[in-house]
Amino acid sequence: MNQPVRNIMIVGVGGQGSLLASKLLGHLLLKKGFDVKVSEVHGMSQRGGSVVTYVRFGEKVFSPIIDQGEADLIVSFELLEAARWLPYLKEGGQIVTNTQMIDPMPVITGAAQYPEHLEAKIAEKARIDALDCLELACRAGSAKAVNIVLMGRLSRYFDFPEEDWLESIEACVPARFVDLNKAAFSLGRNHTPA
Amino acid sequence: MKQLMLGNKAVARGFYEAGCCIVSSYPGTPSTEITEEAVKYDEIYCEWAPNEKVALEAAHGASLGGRRAACCMKHVGLNVAADPLFSISYIGTDTGLVILVADDPGMHSSQNEQDSRHYAIAAKVPMLEPADSQEACDYTKEAFVLSEQFHTPVIVRMVMRICHSQSVVDTCERVVPPQREYIKDQSRVMLPAQARKAHVRVEQRTKDLVEFAETSPLNRVDEGHDHSMGFITSSTCYQYVKELFGDTYPVLKIGMCNPLPVKKFQDFAAAVDRVIVVEELDPILENHCRMLGIPVEGKSLFPMVGEFSQSLIASCLGMEPKTTQAIADPIPPRPPVMCAGCPHRGMFYTLKKNNCMVYGDIGCYTLGSFAPLNAMDLNVCMGASLSGMHGFNKARGPEYEHKTVGVIGDSTFVHSGMTGLADIVYNNSASTVIILDNSITGMTGHQQNPTTGYNIKGDPAAKIDLEALCRAMGVRRVRVVDPYDLKATDAAVKEELAADEPSVIISRRPCALLKNVRHQTPVRVNTEKCIGCKACMQIGCPAIAVHDKKARVDTTLCVGCDVCRQMCRFGALERPDGRDA
Repeated sequence: MNQPVRNIMIVGVGGQGSLLASKLLGHLLLKKGFDVKVSEVHGMSQRGGSVVTYVRFGEKVFSPIIDQGEADLIVSFELLEAARWLPYLKEGGQIVTNTQMIDPMPVITGAAQYPEHLEAKIAEKARIDALDCLELACRAGSAKAVNIVLMGRLSRYFDFPEEDWLESIEACVPARFVDLNKAAFSLGRNHTPA
Repeated sequence: MKQLMLGNKAVARGFYEAGCCIVSSYPGTPSTEITEEAVKYDEIYCEWAPNEKVALEAAHGASLGGRRAACCMKHVGLNVAADPLFSISYIGTDTGLVILVADDPGMHSSQNEQDSRHYAIAAKVPMLEPADSQEACDYTKEAFVLSEQFHTPVIVRMVMRICHSQSVVDTCERVVPPQREYIKDQSRVMLPAQARKAHVRVEQRTKDLVEFAETSPLNRVDEGHDHSMGFITSSTCYQYVKELFGDTYPVLKIGMCNPLPVKKFQDFAAAVDRVIVVEELDPILENHCRMLGIPVEGKSLFPMVGEFSQSLIASCLGMEPKTTQAIADPIPPRPPVMCAGCPHRGMFYTLKKNNCMVYGDIGCYTLGSFAPLNAMDLNVCMGASLSGMHGFNKARGPEYEHKTVGVIGDSTFVHSGMTGLADIVYNNSASTVIILDNSITGMTGHQQNPTTGYNIKGDPAAKIDLEALCRAMGVRRVRVVDPYDLKATDAAVKEELAADEPSVIISRRPCALLKNVRHQTPVRVNTEKCIGCKACMQIGCPAIAVHDKKARVDTTLCVGCDVCRQMCRFGALERPDGRDA
């Protein structure tokens, strides 16, 4: 196939469920016949800190990480995190983000400000597809399904048929949560912003 | 079968395929998942040992007993296990013994970024360095083979980026070598007369291993078509070099970093115009080249500090950086925080309020050092809170004995805090020890330990009674307090600080993230009563913020621990279920 390696970053706040998102993506890409590397953050940062997962795929992948200016896509669980990792986006890259805002501790204590009008400011710099994933996840049946709503949205930027994504959900999610997650995926994929 | 596997999972797979039967480890990021994955194989007996020294000794005993054995730890754990390592190197082994150590360049979850390769050199044992998950599996298996072939423990060194990256692994079947007979052999008794002979054997072994390193495919050359440069590299740096240059320049990839071959280095250097060594942390490969008189560039180009990446290497080599974009506003940092409902919060708030000097230790509770609690003066290593406080109190006398505390988690206390407590009692300082007993090893992701009553599989196990233990060690003042109760916690801290003898406060409340911990209804803000004084913000709970001069509780995070309610003088924080403390 000899395609260039593609780079996807999944960013968010520790505890938001980014590990399941990368597991799903890794499973799908491997099934599609790509060489895949996924690099995750475990340990200290998982306690509510800023977390990042790198997903790289192509014919042959060497480095497990993505550097500044290299990401084709950034998937963000939180708006401030989308802004934080923006320098990692390639020129012409795409951001897919949840519009949820979670105050970090320096903002809570008053030591720093959460920037205003972030979505518009990011839009001046890059293509951004922003949606309220928390609301859609709750509609699907659980606030915890934000990660799968985002995967549904991300799927619009791939040529893979929807069945392949749904198959990966079946493979990566406990059986009793499959229907909920499929609903969350579909809401993310098909949602039209008002 | 091809699977996407975390590097750590691939090591566990290597244990399985190599017929390893016994794994004894102590958890530590980034190594923890190896043992957690290994325990999923019923064929492997796994255990959490109280510390890394015990783990290595247990694994060595298992190998002496004729079964392939392993132990896993993070880089600083190898400091703890260093004592047995050096002697086991002398004693040698007939049945495979593999030590898995995970370094943390960049210090994602560690207190230092020591380079464990020095240990292999110092203890004179071979060390292998995988560069992806497939190699993590393959090298682990190879380590058992080398261990038996050369009668030595073998260290496999991972780094965080290999541990926590997933890549494709082709798996094989498990093959278990038959259990070796135990034969008494007193050359294993390390008295000086025997140890002198053992040292001679070790030096010969190293010579044999250098011969092996010359021809082993563990150290290989990836050919390149442009010989104006050549790279010598290993581990994750190999991937970054290949990412940047593909097969343009020749690369000598080192898979066995101790002992290193001689001729292989000389031949490689002779075939290229400029030799560049790319390695994170210390210049081990570079110094080997210099010792051989090979002119190389390494740390003159690259940093000694931190994690590398393809961009970092490119920029050190003078290549153009990629274009990036950013918004103009400053982005507030998002440091890790103590979780909502964390039982440590009430204790750290109390220590701050009483203006204590806090000798810290290693665990989730190190997060108590962050704003707004700022309730930690320093931390050193596992267990140092108690012994360090003892020395500090000896230097400063009663004035500080009445305001200094050592805080240590339940798992850390068993790991290496007990000996510090023995020092306090035996040598009599009026030190106040606080054991933060959250009934689990928290920071590394909920591992059982000897105080929880469960083993690594979650089956019931013997449970160390901390109160009885402290009393048996000679502490007369031992008391238990619930850190969710601020009044009781404050009283306990004040009274024990005032005592003129050693005392132990066990601050007991299970981690709020444990599955069997029942959460209470989230706290509700009565906006009519709330005056926006921000008293509730002093505890640094991520579930509370003040917006438009009123407190706001994030009900998705709040577990109803009620600590914030005890901060509010206006009764503005209420329980929707009406239950009032």
